[in-house]
Amino acid sequence: MLSLFTVFLSIFLVGCGESDKVGHGAKTITIWHWMSDREDAFKELARRYETEKGVRVEFELYAPSDSYTQKIRAAAQTNTLPDIYGILGKKRDFAGFVNSGHVYDLTEEMDRDGAVWKNRFFARAISVNEFEKGNSFNVKPGIYGVPIDVTNIQMLYNKDLLKAIGANPPETWNELMEISAKLKAKGIQGLVSGWGEIWMIDCFASNYAFNIMGKDKVLDTIRGKTPYTDPDWIKVFELFRDMRDSGLLASGIVTMVNKTAEQLFANNRACFAFNGSWCVNVYKGMNPDLNYRVMPPPKISDKYPMTIWGGAGSSFMVNKQSDNIQEAVNFLKWVTETDQQAYLSKETYGLPSNRYSLKDIPIMLSQFAGAMDDTTHPNIWAVAELPAVVEAFDKGIQSIIIGEKTPEELGREVQAIKEREMTKK
Amino acid sequence: MKTKAILQNYLFILPAVLIFFIFYIYPFYKVFTLSLCQWDGISQFNLSKNFIGLGNFIELLQDRVWWGAMLHAGYITLIALTFQNALALLLAIACDRDIKGGNIYRVIFYLPPVLSEVVVGLVWKWIYDGNYGLLNHWLASMGFSNLVTDWLSNPNTALTAVAIIHCWKGFGWGFIIFLAGLQTIPRQLYETARVDGASGWQVFKCVTIPLMVPVFILVFILTVLGTMQVFVLILSMTNGGPGYHTEVPVTRILASMVDSSRFGYACGQGIMFGAVLLAISFVQIKLSKYMKQA
Repeated sequence: MLSLFTVFLSIFLVGCGESDKVGHGAKTITIWHWMSDREDAFKELARRYETEKGVRVEFELYAPSDSYTQKIRAAAQTNTLPDIYGILGKKRDFAGFVNSGHVYDLTEEMDRDGAVWKNRFFARAISVNEFEKGNSFNVKPGIYGVPIDVTNIQMLYNKDLLKAIGANPPETWNELMEISAKLKAKGIQGLVSGWGEIWMIDCFASNYAFNIMGKDKVLDTIRGKTPYTDPDWIKVFELFRDMRDSGLLASGIVTMVNKTAEQLFANNRACFAFNGSWCVNVYKGMNPDLNYRVMPPPKISDKYPMTIWGGAGSSFMVNKQSDNIQEAVNFLKWVTETDQQAYLSKETYGLPSNRYSLKDIPIMLSQFAGAMDDTTHPNIWAVAELPAVVEAFDKGIQSIIIGEKTPEELGREVQAIKEREMTKK
Repeated sequence: MKTKAILQNYLFILPAVLIFFIFYIYPFYKVFTLSLCQWDGISQFNLSKNFIGLGNFIELLQDRVWWGAMLHAGYITLIALTFQNALALLLAIACDRDIKGGNIYRVIFYLPPVLSEVVVGLVWKWIYDGNYGLLNHWLASMGFSNLVTDWLSNPNTALTAVAIIHCWKGFGWGFIIFLAGLQTIPRQLYETARVDGASGWQVFKCVTIPLMVPVFILVFILTVLGTMQVFVLILSMTNGGPGYHTEVPVTRILASMVDSSRFGYACGQGIMFGAVLLAISFVQIKLSKYMKQA
């Protein structure tokens, strides 16, 4: 009996003991990712790398992204992160990983030999992975990630539906409102987007906030120096009221997930969509004959440029505690070279992070690529808005769309939450 | 000899105790500890550094969105307790009789609970769709165009629309339990009542209901506990929107943990929610004892 119990206990304890650390075998690099659509392309690149360099690369897919996020958090707690991994989430989460010693500082590698590695990327793609001097996260300044692809979010228009109402793509907000009236008269649905996933509302609002008041004032608001009751913010909120009143917004947009929005646009059931560059691949799968083009959101002011959300689509980080740091860095250098990036772009219809890999991409993708220099993203700002404020802001815009709140009421409500949250800091 | 026997006895229960400790006691202890801390879920957890005492609970008491979410869950629970359970009982009574094809009905009524909640949510989202949804199409074709609306985006209908689907999805559980309860009632009691000249309603009131009290209590408790924790349907149908109109406690816990990286606060919400459910269960147990005595 006792011997049996001893055997059981031994097996149990061995099972609970520290397993072989992931990715610590010689000449084998392990990469964790969540990108199920890129799995085959990654595996092909791994095969090519092993043939060329003799180093084995194992891509391990953990999807969906929510599960992946939990997995890397748990792995960070137990120090079992692989050699290379991606971080999903906000800049705050990224900073948490860096400050906890899980991310290798790539600044030296990026700057080596006249910054040859760094210069191959779109500038914004690097910014997303960079912490600047004096950042509010207390992270040592540097570059901590390698962009694998880039993305930005713009407006798309259905050429056939616009032609049906005899209109051209709108360049200004007033033109958009005029088109909205014509669409309504013809019974054509206006704008679809995944505004049920509230971050896309945030994205749309921040585009116009930059256009109306400029970057400095937006960042001053986050710092608490400009209130959300400022007339410029009210003007931003009013845009949503105007879209609602003009009938531009698709019915049910406040609970619409992006997949539904994509289906509606792909099936010619909406004239405009607000979507990211990944949609080129999605629409190609849903309706290869869809006749559409890309345009920046119509500007409302000439005072400041229309800045759109964009930057690195997905990035890889090197585990600071890995035994294979140099091998991991070498692989990331190789995978971001022009040929490999062109291959990834061709296979996945995504935008490459390497600015020199843009040859032979579809016109819609090149339109997205053309706007990369006009992009911004909360992850590259030196300050980050408090989560409770972001939620109140986005949910509040939903309330304006459903006619529950006025722009002024929302301004006051968000400001009150901002002040309450700032006292907690 | 006696000591050896005692030791051996303890040895036998040790695996069970270990499993209970590892999978129940320790996680609960961790959640409770985290609820007293401010932690982002990424940095190394350090109790002395992250400890904030009852801070999370004090904030939670003032969190209007949280208590709003609790009210929404209560509203769905109320609809489930009445509409869902009444439907389940009616169908169980109908199937308890010797009707042709009774087993087919049982299978059909039990189908919704075995379907994936995500699938149910997405299918009903399509049915409710404001533009191309079947419901609006049917309403319009039957001449009720004035009722056509965006069911899930309209703040006046969103929560009720979700609650109805929750009931549709869940009534099969109640149906099966009620049916099992009805079948345990001896047939002789019904026959005796009939011989004594009791009407159908009198039989139901004086025979069925008293003997079904323990079953009612069981279904009542399961409905409350199951419905208060509803969230998959919400996530797949409205994601808590529009605004905060369909937020429920579990979606708020998820929002704290995933969107805001506030693990401590999320654990506090979990503890608070657990305490509320415990209190409800306690009241139900007391109530059931009273009803049994009555």
